[in-house]
Amino acid sequence: MRRTSWFNVTSLTLGFAFLYLPMVLLVIYSFNSSKLVTVWAGFSTKWYGELVQNDAFLDAAMVTLKVAVASSTLATILGTMAAYVLVRGGRFLGRTLFSGMIYAPLVMPEVITGLSLLLLFIGIGLDRGVLTIVLAHTTFSMCYVSVVVSSRLVSFDRSLEEAALDLGCSPFDAFRLVTLPIIAPAVISGWLLAFTLSLDDLVIASFTTGPSSTTLPIKIWSAVRLGVSPEINALSTLMIGIVTVGVISASLISKRNAVKAQQDMQAAERGAT
Amino acid sequence: MSQKIFAPWDDPNEKPLIRFENVTKKFGDFTAIDDLTLNIYEKEFFALLGPSGCGKTTMMRMLAGFENPTSGKMELAGKNIAGIPPNKRAVNMMFQSYALFPHLSVWENIAFGLKRGDMDKRSIAARVEEMLKLTRLTKFAGRKPHQISGGQRQRVALARSLAKAPKLLLLDEPLGALDKKLRQDTQFELMDIQEGTGTTFVIVTHDQEEAMTVASRVAVMDEGRIIQVATPDGIYEAPNSVYVADFIGDVNIIEGTAKPTGDGVYSLAWAENEAPFMATSDVPFSDGQKAHLAIRPEKISITTEKPEDAKNAVQGSVLDIAYLGNLSTYHVQLTGGQIIKAQTANTRRLSRRSITWEDKVWISWSATAGVLLEQ
Repeated sequence: MRRTSWFNVTSLTLGFAFLYLPMVLLVIYSFNSSKLVTVWAGFSTKWYGELVQNDAFLDAAMVTLKVAVASSTLATILGTMAAYVLVRGGRFLGRTLFSGMIYAPLVMPEVITGLSLLLLFIGIGLDRGVLTIVLAHTTFSMCYVSVVVSSRLVSFDRSLEEAALDLGCSPFDAFRLVTLPIIAPAVISGWLLAFTLSLDDLVIASFTTGPSSTTLPIKIWSAVRLGVSPEINALSTLMIGIVTVGVISASLISKRNAVKAQQDMQAAERGAT
Repeated sequence: MSQKIFAPWDDPNEKPLIRFENVTKKFGDFTAIDDLTLNIYEKEFFALLGPSGCGKTTMMRMLAGFENPTSGKMELAGKNIAGIPPNKRAVNMMFQSYALFPHLSVWENIAFGLKRGDMDKRSIAARVEEMLKLTRLTKFAGRKPHQISGGQRQRVALARSLAKAPKLLLLDEPLGALDKKLRQDTQFELMDIQEGTGTTFVIVTHDQEEAMTVASRVAVMDEGRIIQVATPDGIYEAPNSVYVADFIGDVNIIEGTAKPTGDGVYSLAWAENEAPFMATSDVPFSDGQKAHLAIRPEKISITTEKPEDAKNAVQGSVLDIAYLGNLSTYHVQLTGGQIIKAQTANTRRLSRRSITWEDKVWISWSATAGVLLEQ
């Protein structure tokens, strides 16, 4: 066994402390029975009970969920199409410019993206509400999807598509029946990424939101300005729980598939006759 | 009833299945196929042979429809096929990487092409079963491609490309991924299936042994041109150039100047103070013309005594012996420094070898053993 040096232990502890200490504190205080956030007064789950009865928070959660599902789905469709064209389209005029431009929103400050979208929506006279947030979220998350999908497409064996064409598929059928099922894991993780990005976006949403379309991050932000309430701690703990379960199950599924595929491959080589 | 020899290329009334007429393919400035004209006939097993980058894969991809010729005419069964997309051609291809669909089972892979047509479900199932039986894969129908071995994957790829009963089947280095023993077995299997189904096969390979084994005719290519098209024995025994002679098998090339001595026999002066070699040739050479004599090592005999009646005999010393089990190849250095390879079959077990390193030996061959080539 390798000896654990003090240096390794220290850096590990420091790193994890930086990452998780704030969250651990938040979770602990969500079970605080006191109304004062920073004073511990015993264990209680009463804030979770109050949260369920708070209609304003529940409405905001519904809006957020709707926006996230709609915008991540739209972003996945557009981002996958863009990735496909960029990887498969071969050389066309302005290809480098186009592929550079699709990644620009990745590095663009969110404030600028939000502001420019706001100007656009005012310019074309679109009433701000759920629709404008969906459009705005699609805009900034589709480039993340296209990054994820195009990195999968680059390693995709082109002859699989040619085989599909050779066997009588139209180009669209070849994409639908062969390419899409094979790159599905990348498309799904692109969707999950877009979903998470939309879920916790505050800046762009607050630029493009309108009356009666308050998302959860906006709601939390405005509530916190009046003072941190234990209710918000409870809400945040729930969100952490949901995200953790999602991430762990996703990685477990993909790991199990990889292990199974490897076992199958070994079995096939052994049983070869 | 005498059996008819399969040679449609010699029959002027036979219509070719595939016709290339002055086909040129350019990628930018690079000419992959250079003004190529070629006929391939029905039921042929035609091999395109050449080093990598010679244009053989480009030719195959043009037949499949993945590339279009820059100029020239390409016909399949009398119809111009340039510009017709791959999914509208009665041509199927077996890919070098097999390109099996990893998310589909063996059964579904084979049925994939059939489902694209307007075949009913029961006929599809019957056809898939037939293909599974043909390629001995019935047991593995439910497995995914990563659950079977390399040899089985190769057979799935073959079954999938044959399922639609194409007029023409293209095989791109079909056995490249298999080990040597399996490759040899599979070569015979391929030939059986080709004969059984009567499909025209065009195979691309860089392995000359493979081309010689399976093909009815072989085209040797280099730099986008076809150098020679002939039957395997024609290519081997009567190459038309030093390039072909050298590409197929082992060969000794002796350079010299030819001189006609009548009756199609020529003498080749190849070194000063040495008697000229005698060789027959169907191609006429003029007096003093440069010529290359190409002789296969197995046509040269090696003896310790000077042979009495050999047309060509020359002395040298043994430089190297390559023992291959069934054969032994002797590298004999002549007094002028040239090295000639001579091969003998080891018909007896090696208890005592009569010839060994440094020995003075005579090598000899008849006048018809070699081929005189211009270039």
